[in-house]
Amino acid sequence: MNALRTLVSPRGAVFLLLIVLLVTVTILNPTFAEPGQFMRYIQRVAPVAIIAIGQYFVIIAGEFDLSQGSLITAQVIIAGNLVGQDDSRTVPVLLLMLVFGALVGLVNGLLTTLLQVPSFIVTLGMMLALLGGVMWWTGGAATGNPADSFRQIGRGGIRDLPLIDFLPWSVLILAGWLALGIWLTKRPYGKVLIALGDNARATRYAGARSWWITTRAFIISSVSATVSGVLLVGYAGVHPSVGRGYEFIAITAVVLGGVVLGGGRGWIVAAVAGAFVLEALFLVLNISGVPSSLRDAVQGVIIIAAVAYSGVVFRARRRTTPATASPDQGKGPDAPERTGAHTSAPRPALTPEGVAETRGD
Amino acid sequence: MKRMRVDSTVIVLGILLLTIVVGAILVATVGRSFFSPGNIRDILTGMSVLGLVAIGQTLVVLGASLDLSVTYVMSLASLIGATTMAGNPANIPWAVTLTLLVCAAIGLANGLIVTVLKVNGFIATLGVGLILQGVLNTSFQGSAGAVPWEFQLIGATGVGPVPVSTIIMLALAVVVWFLLSRTRTGAHLFAVGGDPEVARLSGVRTRPPLIAAHVMCSLFAGLAGLLLASRLGVGSPTVGQQGGYALLSIAAVVLGGTLLLGGRGSIWGTIGGVAIFAVLDNVMSVMQVNPFLKDVVRGIVIVAAVAVYSRRAVVRRRSRFGPGGTRTGGDDAARAAAPAMAAASAALDPAVASEGGAR
Repeated sequence: MNALRTLVSPRGAVFLLLIVLLVTVTILNPTFAEPGQFMRYIQRVAPVAIIAIGQYFVIIAGEFDLSQGSLITAQVIIAGNLVGQDDSRTVPVLLLMLVFGALVGLVNGLLTTLLQVPSFIVTLGMMLALLGGVMWWTGGAATGNPADSFRQIGRGGIRDLPLIDFLPWSVLILAGWLALGIWLTKRPYGKVLIALGDNARATRYAGARSWWITTRAFIISSVSATVSGVLLVGYAGVHPSVGRGYEFIAITAVVLGGVVLGGGRGWIVAAVAGAFVLEALFLVLNISGVPSSLRDAVQGVIIIAAVAYSGVVFRARRRTTPATASPDQGKGPDAPERTGAHTSAPRPALTPEGVAETRGD
Repeated sequence: MKRMRVDSTVIVLGILLLTIVVGAILVATVGRSFFSPGNIRDILTGMSVLGLVAIGQTLVVLGASLDLSVTYVMSLASLIGATTMAGNPANIPWAVTLTLLVCAAIGLANGLIVTVLKVNGFIATLGVGLILQGVLNTSFQGSAGAVPWEFQLIGATGVGPVPVSTIIMLALAVVVWFLLSRTRTGAHLFAVGGDPEVARLSGVRTRPPLIAAHVMCSLFAGLAGLLLASRLGVGSPTVGQQGGYALLSIAAVVLGGTLLLGGRGSIWGTIGGVAIFAVLDNVMSVMQVNPFLKDVVRGIVIVAAVAVYSRRAVVRRRSRFGPGGTRTGGDDAARAAAPAMAAASAALDPAVASEGGAR
C-alpha cells in the first residue's frame, strides 16, 4: 500500500510513468520482455542516462549546462579524426578526450562562478564555440572511422552469458556511473551542492567554497558528456549531427525525474529514470504506429503533462504540510508521506522553496 | 535624465560603441567602408528579425520565464501568412490578422501552462515547441504559399538607408517601452518577475502580467515570421529553427542587461544587444570569416560581453524616484533624501549593497 502511494506521489511519478510505458511496450511487442531485448533497450538509454546524470549535478546546483550536446559532437569528431584505424591509439585518445571534457567543464564552471556570468549564457557560448570550432577544424565534414577497439566500447559487450545472453559494456558503464553518482550525492560534496542550489547565500555564509563546488559540478557534467560521446561513437558512428539536441533531452529527462530547475531538490535515480522514460516513450511512439510526423507533438504533450502533474500534486501536498516541514522533504520517493497531516489552517505556499520553484533560473 | 546613472543599458551601449569602433577599423583594413549606406542598411536589416523576437523575449524574461518556442512560432507564422495570402494582395489584412490570432493563442497556451499548471517556462515552452514541430511536420511538406509583391515590399524597401522593417521594429520597441514604464501591466510584470510572492502579498494578481508577456512574446515572434515570409516570398517550416532564434534572442536579452531571474532589465538594452550581434555578423561577413569560425567568435563575444558588467554591482533596479520611476512629482524631496536613505540602508544590511553582483 505504501509503495503504491509512493508511486502516485509526485516523487514517484516518473517510476509510475516508466512502468506504464514499459508495460505498453511489452503489450505491443511481447519480445521486448525477453532479457536480451531488454538489455538492448538499456544499452540504447545509456548515453542519454549518463548525460542526465551529469546534467543532474549542474541543475541541482541551480545552474544549466547547454554545452553537453555540442561537447558530445566535438568528442565524437575528435575520436573519428584522432583514433583512425590504429588500435594502439585508443587508450591515449580516450585519455585526451577525458582531459578535454574536464577542461571544458572547468572553463564553464570558472566563467560561471568567478566571472559571475549566468550559466545559461556561459554554456550557450560554449555550445556555439565548441560546435563552430570543431566544424572549422574538420571543414564541416566529419571524417574518419575509429578503430574497432574504440567502437567496441559502445557496441560490444560480454557474450554468451546465461539468461541475458549479452551484457553490453555501456550497461556496465551506466551502472558504474550511476553508482558513482549516488555515492557522490551521499558524500559531503553532494550535500553541499544541494544546499548551494537551494540557497546559495546561506551556504556561502556557512563556509562553503561555492565556486569550487559549482565548478566541480560542471566538470562532472562535461565528463559525463564525454563518456556518452564515447558510447555514441560505438553505435552511431562519426557524424556532425551526433549529439545534436542532447542538452535539451538531458534537461527534459532530469526535470521529468522531478528535479526542480533552479536547484536544491531532486534525486539522482529519478533523473536517470527520466532518461529511461524518454527512451521508452520514443519506443512506444515507434512501435505503436504513430505517424513519425506526430511524434514530436505527442512527446511535447507528455512532457508538459508529466511535469505539470508532479508540480500540481506537490503543491497540493505541501499546502497540507505543517509549517515546520523540513527542507529535505521529498529528496527520494521514500520521503515520509504527509498527506494525512492536516494542520488547522491551510498555509499558503510561503516557504522559500515555493518562491524558488516558480522563479526557475 | 539629469543625473547619469551607470546602469546596464549604458554599459551595453558602451560595448556596442566599442564593437562599432573595432569593427570599423577591421573593415577599413580590408579596404571597405563600414559607414557606407549599403553597409548600414545591411546591419539594420540584420537587426530587424532578431530585434522583433528579442523584444518579445525581453517581456517574458522580465517575468522570470523563458520562451523556447519562438522559433517554431516564427515558422508557423511564415507558413500561415504565406498560404493565406496565396499571392493575392487583397488577402493581406486577413492573413496578418489570422497569423497574429494563431500566435496569440499559442502565447496564451504558453502563459496558462506556466502560470496555472506551474510548469517551469523552460520545459513548458520546450514542450509547446515540440507540439508545434509536430503540427509543422504533419501540415506542411516544405515551403508553401506565395507572398504578393506588395507584402514583399515591407522587407525590401527602406527610407534612405533605414529599412522599413527596422523602423517597424523600433516603433514597436517604443510601444513596449511605454507599456513597461508607463502602464500598470508593465509595473506588475516587473513586480512578478522580481519576486512573485512579494508581488502577491502586495496585492498584485501574479498571473495576468505573465500571461500577457507570453502572449506578446508569441505575437512578436509571429511578426518576425511574417517579416521572414515577406523576405523569402514563401512560408517555410524550418526558417525559424535554422536561425537558432530562440537561444540567440535570449542571449541578446541577457546581453542587454536583463536578469534571467527576472524583474530587472530594459528594452533598450535588448535593442543594444541585438545591435551588437548585427554589427558582429556584418563585420565577419565583410571580412569573409569562415562561417564555422563565426560561431566561435559569437560564442566568445556573448560570454565576454555579459562578463563585463556582471562582475560589478551595477544598479539594475528601476529608479524609484524621479523620471521614469513609480513616484513622480516629488523629485526634489526624493533627491534630497536619497543620500540619507542610501546610508541608512547600507548601515542596515551590508549584504544588500553587494547583492546586485551576487548572481
